[in-house]
Amino acid sequence: MQVKDPALLRRMYRSLFRIRRVEEEISVVYPSDRIQSPIHLSIGQEAVSVGVCEALEPGDAVFGTYRSHGYYLAKGGDLKGMVAELYGKAMGVAKGKAGSMHLIDLPHGVMAASAVVATTIPQAVGFAYACRQQRRKAVVVSFFGDGAVEEGAFHESVNFAALKQLPVLFVCENNLYAILSAQKSRQALDNLPERVRAYGMPAERVEGNDLFRIYDWTREAAERIRAGQGGPAFLECRTYRWRDHVGPGEDFHLGYRTRDEAQPWMDGDQVARVAALLNPEDRQRIEREVEAEVREAFAFAEESPFPDHEELYTDVFKEAGGGALG
Amino acid sequence: MSRAISYAEALREAIEQEMARDPLVILMGLGVDDCKGIYGTTLGLVKRFGPERVFDTPLAEDGMTGIAVGAALGGLRPVHVHIRMDFLMLAMNQIVNIAAKSRYMSGGAVSVPLVIRSIIGRSWGQGGQHSQGLYSFFMHVPGLKVFAPTTPYDAKGCLVQAIRDDNPVLFVEHRLLHHQKGPVPEGLYTAPFGKARILEAGSDVTLVGISYMAVECLRACAYLKQKGISAEVIDPVSLSPLDTDTLVQSVRKTGRLLVVDCGWMTCGAGAEIVARAVERLQGEREIRVQRMGFAPVTCPTTRSLEEHFYPTACTIASRAHGMVHEGRGDWLPSVEKPLEAVEFKGPF
Repeated sequence: MQVKDPALLRRMYRSLFRIRRVEEEISVVYPSDRIQSPIHLSIGQEAVSVGVCEALEPGDAVFGTYRSHGYYLAKGGDLKGMVAELYGKAMGVAKGKAGSMHLIDLPHGVMAASAVVATTIPQAVGFAYACRQQRRKAVVVSFFGDGAVEEGAFHESVNFAALKQLPVLFVCENNLYAILSAQKSRQALDNLPERVRAYGMPAERVEGNDLFRIYDWTREAAERIRAGQGGPAFLECRTYRWRDHVGPGEDFHLGYRTRDEAQPWMDGDQVARVAALLNPEDRQRIEREVEAEVREAFAFAEESPFPDHEELYTDVFKEAGGGALG
Repeated sequence: MSRAISYAEALREAIEQEMARDPLVILMGLGVDDCKGIYGTTLGLVKRFGPERVFDTPLAEDGMTGIAVGAALGGLRPVHVHIRMDFLMLAMNQIVNIAAKSRYMSGGAVSVPLVIRSIIGRSWGQGGQHSQGLYSFFMHVPGLKVFAPTTPYDAKGCLVQAIRDDNPVLFVEHRLLHHQKGPVPEGLYTAPFGKARILEAGSDVTLVGISYMAVECLRACAYLKQKGISAEVIDPVSLSPLDTDTLVQSVRKTGRLLVVDCGWMTCGAGAEIVARAVERLQGEREIRVQRMGFAPVTCPTTRSLEEHFYPTACTIASRAHGMVHEGRGDWLPSVEKPLEAVEFKGPF
């Protein structure tokens, strides 16, 4: 466990706190209708994004889901461009064509996000194939939820990744619900790692949203791949979504789950856990800097113009064509 | 340009020459490396380029299409082959929701240079799930390009163009075209998107035949000549984007448009072509339009029913004759010419 490394702890806390504060700010702004597009908050689940991404290199790539803010920010995605994108502004990372559900940032290795469950899993595998074929050393991470493991694309992807021994890590963020449907109402057995091992790759579970265990597993798996000694691997991270499936609020009034169920997860909040491990000076400095950065990003989004209507028709095709011959 | 080779050989040559030219091109699909080599179109390529660039896939159309998209995002230029177009229904999510939209939804940050080859499998009682021409599904979606060439010359030129294009391209082949021979240059060349080919010039009626139906239209054209009717036969080649200008110019001249689809008519490619002609020519010129295509049923296997399922040269000629004579005097040519009777002469 890396708790002894103070620099890493500070990095982790900055990343965790930043995701938490950005999303809290989104939920404050959201009722004003200045963000007119669905948002899926990862408040409560930040440890998965941070634990994995802190163990990656800048040249590594992540593929994810519509619950995108956590891993997008943890991997280094541009904050101003993200908030402006949520606002639908021209300075957004995709000029207002992506919104929250399709955030990417290529320079930082955030490669894809999709509103259709499980669709980026094979993309991650194909990207890993391309990396290996071109002798690039990158590790590729596929983030997805517990619903995605029910999709055929997941099984097709892990089969091919194992067959070709590709440099890809499958990270399942199991928050126990697909929208409002509990995992136990959708899957006969609660044994994901066992199922995935049958395809021919190591697979483990981390309980309790444990940031450090997630980090350790990822670092070891990534190191094996970088050393040329490992292929794909699978990690199930037990975690818990504090807010509604979609939208800014809580949803305990809906009755499909209870606050009592959520309470142990809130008590085990990883943001607070790491905060308590820092010396107060470091903590306050990090929080001050993050707060300023968040204010600046939202101000940037507020002030940015909307895209011109001509923008509607751009980016359908890449026009140049011709590959190497031009 | 005297060398004549088959459509299948032209495809194989296009892939081989492009793979030799560009090390980023890979070829994947169930059976691409086996001893049959997708009707010969991929034979010998694994031997020349190795199993990293030419590989068999699990039976996982959805996942493998996503893997091809991911490989494209990672810098490769995959050619993904499906031996039947029907199997693309298992890959629709990745094609429609991901490949077609990746560029737009990223604000132009990424592109997906991907070729998806698929074969319409008519022949020998192939039945309901081995015979469908479903290209109109893909014409409907912004972000996809669709090629459906008829001649061996265009087969090679279009496939080279599709591989070099930086966007997802659906490349539609018809099983009966694989045997067709025609002139094909030995070197590399491209056929452009959005450019139709006039296979036969004429003045009385415009026959637009999609994929293999262009062959039936050429035969129909020969029958119509016997009745003194001059038909212009157009092969759209590129279904998306469509060459509306060439189609409209022809119909402006002939005043009659008969589109023969290699699929069902409702919401089909033929419907789109007719709509474009009418939109452009209404108020300018009186025109007559008709569509033909698959019977509006599932394709049966028995020959006695199957022969009524498809438009043929005879039924096309009869329909065109009716259009020219304003429905007066039914006529149906009595003898079907054998397939070999239509050859693509060029030069193109």
